[in-house]
Amino acid sequence: MSPELGHLAVIAALCLSFFQAVIPMVGSFVGHRSWMRLGHSLALGQFVFLGLAFVCLISVFIQDDFSVAYVANNSNTLLPLHYKVSAVWGAHEGSLLLWTLILAGWSGAIALFSGHMPQTFSARVLSILGFISLGFLLFLLFTSNPFERLLPVSPLEGRDLNPLLQDFGLIAHPPMLYMGYVGSSVPFAFAIAALIGGQFDSAWARWSRPWINTSWVFLTLGISLGSWWAYYELGWGGWWFWDPVENASFMPWLMSTALVHSVAATEKRGVFRSWTLLLAILSFSLSLLGAFLVRSGILTSVHSFANDPERGIFILWFLVIVVGASLLLFAIRSPQMANSTTHRGWSRETILLVNNVLLVTSTATIFIGTLYPLFSDVFQLGKISVGAPYFNFFFVPLMIILMLALGFAGFTRWGSTDVNLLLRRGLFPGLLSFFIALLVPALLTDSSSGSSYSFTAGITLFVSAWVLFMTIEDIYLKSRGSWINTKRFTGSYWGMVIAHIGLAACALGVGMSSSYDEQRDLRMMPGDAVKISDYEFRFGGVNRVDNANFVAFRGEVSVTDKTGMTINLFPEKRNYKAGGQVMTEAAIDASLARDLYVSLGEPLQGEAWAVRLQIKPLVRFIWLGSVLIGFGGLLAAFDKRYRRRKKVLDGQSNRGGLAFE
Amino acid sequence: MNKFAVFAPLALFLGLSMILFLGLDKDPSILPSALVDKEFPEFDLMALDDEHRQITREELLGDVTLVNVWASWCYACSVEHNMLNKLSDRGVKIVGLNYKDQVEDAMLWLENLGDPFVYSVSDIRGRLGLDLGVYGAPETFLVDAQGIIRYRRVGVIDERVWRNEFRDLYAELLVEAQ
Repeated sequence: MSPELGHLAVIAALCLSFFQAVIPMVGSFVGHRSWMRLGHSLALGQFVFLGLAFVCLISVFIQDDFSVAYVANNSNTLLPLHYKVSAVWGAHEGSLLLWTLILAGWSGAIALFSGHMPQTFSARVLSILGFISLGFLLFLLFTSNPFERLLPVSPLEGRDLNPLLQDFGLIAHPPMLYMGYVGSSVPFAFAIAALIGGQFDSAWARWSRPWINTSWVFLTLGISLGSWWAYYELGWGGWWFWDPVENASFMPWLMSTALVHSVAATEKRGVFRSWTLLLAILSFSLSLLGAFLVRSGILTSVHSFANDPERGIFILWFLVIVVGASLLLFAIRSPQMANSTTHRGWSRETILLVNNVLLVTSTATIFIGTLYPLFSDVFQLGKISVGAPYFNFFFVPLMIILMLALGFAGFTRWGSTDVNLLLRRGLFPGLLSFFIALLVPALLTDSSSGSSYSFTAGITLFVSAWVLFMTIEDIYLKSRGSWINTKRFTGSYWGMVIAHIGLAACALGVGMSSSYDEQRDLRMMPGDAVKISDYEFRFGGVNRVDNANFVAFRGEVSVTDKTGMTINLFPEKRNYKAGGQVMTEAAIDASLARDLYVSLGEPLQGEAWAVRLQIKPLVRFIWLGSVLIGFGGLLAAFDKRYRRRKKVLDGQSNRGGLAFE
Repeated sequence: MNKFAVFAPLALFLGLSMILFLGLDKDPSILPSALVDKEFPEFDLMALDDEHRQITREELLGDVTLVNVWASWCYACSVEHNMLNKLSDRGVKIVGLNYKDQVEDAMLWLENLGDPFVYSVSDIRGRLGLDLGVYGAPETFLVDAQGIIRYRRVGVIDERVWRNEFRDLYAELLVEAQ
């Protein structure tokens, strides 16, 4: 298919998005039903056209059509087919097209599954999504068109995809992350529609809650895929760098996490209404801000896209218009919806408030840290950047407090809870966790090698065990000790339980892998062996291996554990032919208890190489935990009660519809 | 919520947008260089296309010169290359500093993309790069006729960068040289 067809499809989608932004909104004010209904078909039409454009771009990549600038810059005839496809979203222009496609997908999903909402409301939601789509499509067409041709002179060969991106992680990570990023526009659209209509009650929370949860799940999985990718692909064994681009996705996640919790209180008790609205607006604003930071080149980062101030200005104006208008609307409309606070003393509301305050505070500290280089530059305080120590200093204690409070989540009741009861429930799990926190690091302390009791590990074990035991105690008490009773538990409850256990697992992975991580950088000759804790690493030398699109120096390291089991690991140093970049491919032997992580450094004199050997205990728990968090979110989003109510309401609206006709 | 408190998010946001607008004009890749207004460091390196030809600092003297740090492994350099070709067509004297590269790769690169350089010196070990405090490729130094570094740019030069950062200074230096 030709790139022009794709270009045309984007223009068609742009026209549809314009009508989608205008017609249903006008219809909702003048009460014109068919105008309101039009939003649904426009949203689906937009999805079809953007899908077509996307397929066109894929086919242009597969055909190696280097007359298209984007293809010439990001692909190459030597590139394997699956990477040609994933190269479509490997750089700015194509990833933006994916972004708009996903946005259209979310709008299409709303169009299909909004039958249980009042028509004025769903029409406004779709109109707002149409407006956002309009902005991104204008951005795409005017500053970042992936279909632009290099005519009349086009290169015979492309420049190749950045080798860092030639990887499975990159096939999956951006689409997942964008599902979450873009997904935050759905709660945003719900919030704005509520502000316009002035209707903001438990029903609103019930409609939006599955959507809020689902988009949050995608963001969770997207971020953890990104961190997993960084871990095995960047080759030095780190999994989180507090890089501006990572923070750009982490801030909306923290804000959405707060939103997921506050909307629960809004649904069940009708409280925190303005607050929930504000969180929905802020999550989306932070997503937009993230897009701005990544794509404008205002901050330097290892994975920011093309540095182009013109693009930055466009997104910034869009950001100012969208966010400025929503916050203005919020300021004008939200006082009309007075809160009815009925909770006293300690209650589930209090716990959720604590959760929200902590999450918003951590977002704020990350926000300041991420933008600090910019602030200091603008205010001429010199060029300063803020690194991991700053972020850890604020973020870690906040998370510890969060997890301590989280332990009580299941035991608190709406309205009011007896503090003494909470203390009684916490006593046994608290003591048990304390015991574990004392004992385990003490056992792991190896006095011969001079290591001492690790407080990081102790604290980590305490909070993780605390969350786990409190959750188990809650399940036990709620089921009165019988499995049969657990069948009555709702999807939301299981979702909460699993997500909280996931958080405990994740924290355990983070804390233990950073306290007991062993790392050596060595100069090794073939035949050299070294013993690190219980493992013996033997370096077998390096061979040259030729591949289709790269030449690799492949090292062989055999690792023998205490029991005599031997594993062979093959770390590589790759030279990519087309671009000439050098990549470090680490070799990892993964297991639940520990990862063995081996990477090749530089060749030294003779046959010696610099080799980095690492043992990372429990590092897998980080991603295992994230997957559990995501799974919990999904369970909650697909709780039966949302579907049940939907059916009932569908029935009503059908009858209503008949009456109208 | 309080009547005024509800306006707080808006006010904060507007303040932030101001900063972001100001920030867009700043370029995080402009690094203050200790070398600006200092002499270009001494060097003695072979020419890229002729291993018998030694090039030293003396050859920079007499003309206003752009010294461009490039390499065939550098993706951003290929983005910049077309602009260098244009500048060279406009009569700008550009000397290439081929940084930590393989000679064959570099020659092939020039063959494919065109050669805007009056000559390139081959800094395989990166010694001159070290003396210059090279941060990454591409990087460009504007050197006046006396061999003094007058401006340094980290990152790609395109038409806009040339217009905003180089053109006037370059013209001034040309006048100065005559």
